[in-house]
Amino acid sequence: MLDFIIRRLIAIIPVLTVVAVFVFLMLRLTPGDPAAVIAGDNATSDQIADIRNKLGLDEPIWTQFVIWIGNILQGNFGESFFFKKTVAELIAQRVEPTLALAICTLVIAVAVAVPMGVLAAYRHGSLVDRFVMGFSVMGFSVPVFVIGYCLIYVFAIELGWLPVQGYVRIGVNFWGFLERMVLPSVTLAVVFVALIARMTRASVLEVLNEDYIRTARAKGLSNRVVLMRHALRNAAVPILTVIGLGIAGLIGGAVVTESVYGLPGLGRLTVEAVLSRDFPTIQTVILLFSVVYVVINLLIDISYTLFDPRIRY
Amino acid sequence: MSAITPEEIVDSASIAAASTKRKSLWALAVRNTAVIFGGAILLVMLVIAILAPFLGTVDPTRIDPAARNKKPGTEITFRLDDGQTAKRVVLMGTDSLGRDVYSRVLYGTRVSLVIGVAVAVASIAIGLVIGLVSGYVRWADGIIMRIMDGLMAIPGILLAIALVSIWRAGLITVIFAIVVPDVPRVVRLVRSVVLSVREEPYVEGAISVGTPTWTLMFRHILPNTVAPLIVQGTFIAAAAIIAEAILSFLGIGIPPEIPSWGNIMAEGRTLFRVFPHNIFFPGIFLALTVLAINIMGDGLRDTLDPKMSKKV
Repeated sequence: MLDFIIRRLIAIIPVLTVVAVFVFLMLRLTPGDPAAVIAGDNATSDQIADIRNKLGLDEPIWTQFVIWIGNILQGNFGESFFFKKTVAELIAQRVEPTLALAICTLVIAVAVAVPMGVLAAYRHGSLVDRFVMGFSVMGFSVPVFVIGYCLIYVFAIELGWLPVQGYVRIGVNFWGFLERMVLPSVTLAVVFVALIARMTRASVLEVLNEDYIRTARAKGLSNRVVLMRHALRNAAVPILTVIGLGIAGLIGGAVVTESVYGLPGLGRLTVEAVLSRDFPTIQTVILLFSVVYVVINLLIDISYTLFDPRIRY
Repeated sequence: MSAITPEEIVDSASIAAASTKRKSLWALAVRNTAVIFGGAILLVMLVIAILAPFLGTVDPTRIDPAARNKKPGTEITFRLDDGQTAKRVVLMGTDSLGRDVYSRVLYGTRVSLVIGVAVAVASIAIGLVIGLVSGYVRWADGIIMRIMDGLMAIPGILLAIALVSIWRAGLITVIFAIVVPDVPRVVRLVRSVVLSVREEPYVEGAISVGTPTWTLMFRHILPNTVAPLIVQGTFIAAAAIIAEAILSFLGIGIPPEIPSWGNIMAEGRTLFRVFPHNIFFPGIFLALTVLAINIMGDGLRDTLDPKMSKKV
């Protein structure tokens, strides 16, 4: 087991290296002097010279990469001249809404999608099954922001049940926080529900044909026990895999959802950074999200043994 | 009787195989109801895109300060070039610059369809070449696949946002920015087909009679990638149309003066509470188009690629 974890950890090094090289090259691929691009439009020539010096821009490109990666590994992500803060501070301020949105979305999506998928598989070919499959195709097809605005229109503007936009920090007013989290997480959960329900259905459907399901039924176990303990548990690995891969979509969706609902999170920060051409921030956010995505998938890989003891590493 | 050279044998066999296969693929596809249903909606969208100037539209970029923010169905008076005034009902209302939303949405169909097709074609073309090389040239495989793994570790929309930020917005830039995240998926697909096909007896047979590598690739290996790539292509096109809308909606997509569905919605964001029509009408068209492509893709997958349909 430990052996496997170490092997998987080593395997992510080349992946993250490629990501780092891409993120590093981003600034070099933009037209113009990197130092001037970072400093922005209102910089003095002294400031530009200072950045030039710090990044080692007069050195060969290999040395520049080593300096850059050295800084990153020490937690020094550079300075945002647009926001007049270090990038690390900026990100620390913006993490909470994104993290809250992601967790709420995942909880809602799994809570809704897994029962939906199990039911669709159990009643294979029925009206319920068709509804679930139809919903899943719809979920893939309607863009996040269209869903978002429809929900805002119905629940916030017409019915007035929930606030339209905005964010309240979790520590300041928990009720206000929850109230403002409902619509964004439901919005973002729709695609996820579509994805997970579809995979759950396919996966459970396959397991239901196995001999041990027939044996469990023959023993006289109730449907609920057969479905939940025997079928779902054995179908868990593909479902987990699709959740892990779906994290990429979740991150992309968060960027959009935060813009629709005015949440001051990392996604909104990314868009603001691109609009103001604030490269140190863009680079760090991309690096951060990629690392999170890779690490979550690593954890999911490792967790397979918990769900399926047949898998041994 | 003249002697038959090995090349002739190889040639005739593969041509016969390729032509019968293509016919049967097409015949299978048009028998599927999902393909017909999705295809029909797409056809309507295509007709709208082509005939946009003749469907009662006005210039979609024409600004009319007197007719700002009109709700759908309002009758507006506008001034013609010769100074006379005329009346017209705005079916889908006007935006905050007085531009006709109906005309903008109809012209937006063009942008979205072009993006969908261009991204699907470009990513499949690039992915196909890289995938063939990766599956066939053993020493290159490791390097190429590590780079593809790295690209896939960056969430797609973020990668597109990063690329747009490098090159500044434009139609070609946006297409390319959406293509790059899709390429690794195509490469993986093509590579897996190549790896499984090259062990097949007929490929080994072709090698043993001295078929040149290029002929081998184009006649024996490439035809096997057609069915899965058509299926993959539809899903790429659907995702690309959404991706363009997202980028434009965030204000970092194609330039705002081009009427695309994402741009119309971006424009309508600020006044959404009072005038939701700016977002709803393009949203409905967008969702309908993507839905049609996805339904068609599901149908194609069921008929052309039974192995894949079992997996998902």
